[in-house]
Amino acid sequence: MDFNLTEERQMLQDTLRRFLAETGPQDSAALWAELAELGIIGALFSEEDGGFGGSGFDLSVVFEEIGRAGASVPLLETGVLAGGLIAALGGEGDKTRLEDVIAGTQQLAFAHGEPLARYDLSHVGTTAKSTPDGYVLNGHKSVVMNGGRADTLIVSARTAGGVSDTDGISLFLVEASDVQRRSYQTISGADAAEIYLSDVNLPENALLGPIGGSFDAIETQVARATAALCAEAVGAMESAKGMTIEYLQTRQQFGRPIGKFQALQHRMADVLVEIEQARSATINICGHLTADRALRERHVSAAKNLIGRVGRLVAEECIQMHGGIGMTGEYALAGFAKRMTMIDHQWGDTDHHLERFIALSRG
Amino acid sequence: MDLAYTADEQDFRAVVRSFLKAELDSRLADRVRLGKPLSKADYESWHASLNSRGWLAGNWPKHHGGAGWTPVERHIFEEETTLAHAPRIVPFGLTMLGPVLQAFGTPEQCAHYLPRILSGQDWWCQGYSEPGAGSDLAAVKTSAVRDGDHYVVNGQKTWTTLGQHANWIFCLVRTNAEVKAQEGISFLLIDMATPGVTVRPIVLLDGEAEVNEVFFDDVRVPVGNLVGEQDKGWTYAKYLLTHERTNIAGVGFSNAGLANVKRIASAEVSGGRPLIENPHFAARIAQVEIDLMAMSTTNSRTLAQAAAGQAPGAQSSMLKVKGTLIRQEITDLTRRAVGPYAAPFLPEALDDGYNGEPVGPDYATAASAQYFNNRKLSIFGGSNEIQRTIISKTILEL
Repeated sequence: MDFNLTEERQMLQDTLRRFLAETGPQDSAALWAELAELGIIGALFSEEDGGFGGSGFDLSVVFEEIGRAGASVPLLETGVLAGGLIAALGGEGDKTRLEDVIAGTQQLAFAHGEPLARYDLSHVGTTAKSTPDGYVLNGHKSVVMNGGRADTLIVSARTAGGVSDTDGISLFLVEASDVQRRSYQTISGADAAEIYLSDVNLPENALLGPIGGSFDAIETQVARATAALCAEAVGAMESAKGMTIEYLQTRQQFGRPIGKFQALQHRMADVLVEIEQARSATINICGHLTADRALRERHVSAAKNLIGRVGRLVAEECIQMHGGIGMTGEYALAGFAKRMTMIDHQWGDTDHHLERFIALSRG
Repeated sequence: MDLAYTADEQDFRAVVRSFLKAELDSRLADRVRLGKPLSKADYESWHASLNSRGWLAGNWPKHHGGAGWTPVERHIFEEETTLAHAPRIVPFGLTMLGPVLQAFGTPEQCAHYLPRILSGQDWWCQGYSEPGAGSDLAAVKTSAVRDGDHYVVNGQKTWTTLGQHANWIFCLVRTNAEVKAQEGISFLLIDMATPGVTVRPIVLLDGEAEVNEVFFDDVRVPVGNLVGEQDKGWTYAKYLLTHERTNIAGVGFSNAGLANVKRIASAEVSGGRPLIENPHFAARIAQVEIDLMAMSTTNSRTLAQAAAGQAPGAQSSMLKVKGTLIRQEITDLTRRAVGPYAAPFLPEALDDGYNGEPVGPDYATAASAQYFNNRKLSIFGGSNEIQRTIISKTILEL
């Protein structure tokens, strides 16, 4: 057992942490270009896909820093989900697209969720029917993160089977200009969109991967994305923790720092204990991304369940211990609290993953 | 980052496993699995098996007769022995006093006492808590007054675990009442056969007399039984507590307990189906299993730091808090899993050699007693509230 970062990952962490601390909040587009220049997007891909990382612990290093800084950038959507699907399923032609992704000149989104799917990965009601020239897509994709800004979308659509079957799901590369989008901001400040596909005609080569056989690849990339989200949550927790410790040390009431009060000390101690649990769960999922499916997915659901619970605890307790100031929108704590809470709503919340963990444990 | 054990560590695990298969008596393992109390002879025979293999003192260096294991090897041993339902190693001589003597005792004290701990000749108990000194341990009042080449000891210790089996007790005694509480404490070794020592059992809420009161009435103790310097005992006491807190997370106990509750919930029926398929019960099991998976890694991270020579500090307090909450949750689930048969309580059925018919399934016999017994986990070794205070003091620096 070894819980130290390799020298390369330590360097990656230092570089990214320093960069994000120095830049501070800035426009997402400018930040994106600079992250690409630093090679951060490349850290999410393996060498054979043109990057220099791509493993679970590369993801955790990058995303913990993103979470710590509260940076709002579409790394997950472009670099892990959609980018990961292209890397896993794409042919030579598709892979040249990854060069643009790693260079920061192309943004992607994975349009998979639907209004009735909730967190069920195999629920795909959007249809893709064969035409003489290719395919025609119809459906509605909901809360597609980075959906409003992406240049290209990867859209899942059913080419066979019933609405919740794992078989029969296909993926298509769709240019954003070919769909109708309704863009909006999420409560934690990210870009998202509803995507409406109404008789969208696609050429034959828009198909990514095997026809009707993409579910395993989706599940695998969502596992990686879940690991990244867990790490991002841990980063956000660390920042919220740091701010709250400082507040407890400096805020004076009744003639002393409020951190002198045992009621608050013990609440803070529990927050610390649970953040260590969150860190361990993140290590577990990152260390099992290449394990066989049963073991990997057990860790996915275990980690996401725990992160959801701890995220809620840390967000609520840090707001509570800050008192009124914790309620203010412009104070940085708000951003961290909202982010770690909203992570629970991406790719399965605490309840979903508890139920899934039970099902997976039965084998 | 690498979550796997090394090849050497995996080999070590295999060796421990085959030892347990060969040496662990199934009658003893059954008693441990079912939460039934063990006799003095049970503990002694298990200690003797381990000692003949050189494994009784995993944490002692080899030159003192220990196994000299790394923290990771100790963890593997702990995991395997608990999963096999081996008796726990009685810690007072081996993990508490032993390290203190090795660090602060004279060579003569080491040469005299350490082999006797290993051979089982001496059974030690811990004289720390007093009626007026629980979480506030430095408030100990039991006095030791120098009289020639003896100390004369008067006072009372309490919560003395398994003191009924012990022939020696290590005590925190007050040798100076004029100074700050922590500065007037000494660490004294007392032969319990000395005139004036009285042991009285305390029956706990599970019906067992696991702990005792120990009274000292003008007990004459040779000055040679002082460990280290007079009035410096608080330093040694704290050193001992850091050793007491290794393996504080109890990952092995929790793993064994979780496997046990799953077995019971598979056998029990609820609404015509195995209890383990009841969604609410399954959710509670899953929740604690998920917490345990993470805590096991938290524990490994602390072990890795210890192996690299870093003192665990506030981390052991974190492990104590979370580890005991998990263990207590598992004993609660076990009690609930057995349903109405949690209620019958036949103390005689817990005795070794009981041949009567159990009321209900055998796994129900001690389920409630174990649940009540394990309330102690968040109280002893520094209550969880004390641990939370340590954690917050360390990070808040106020």
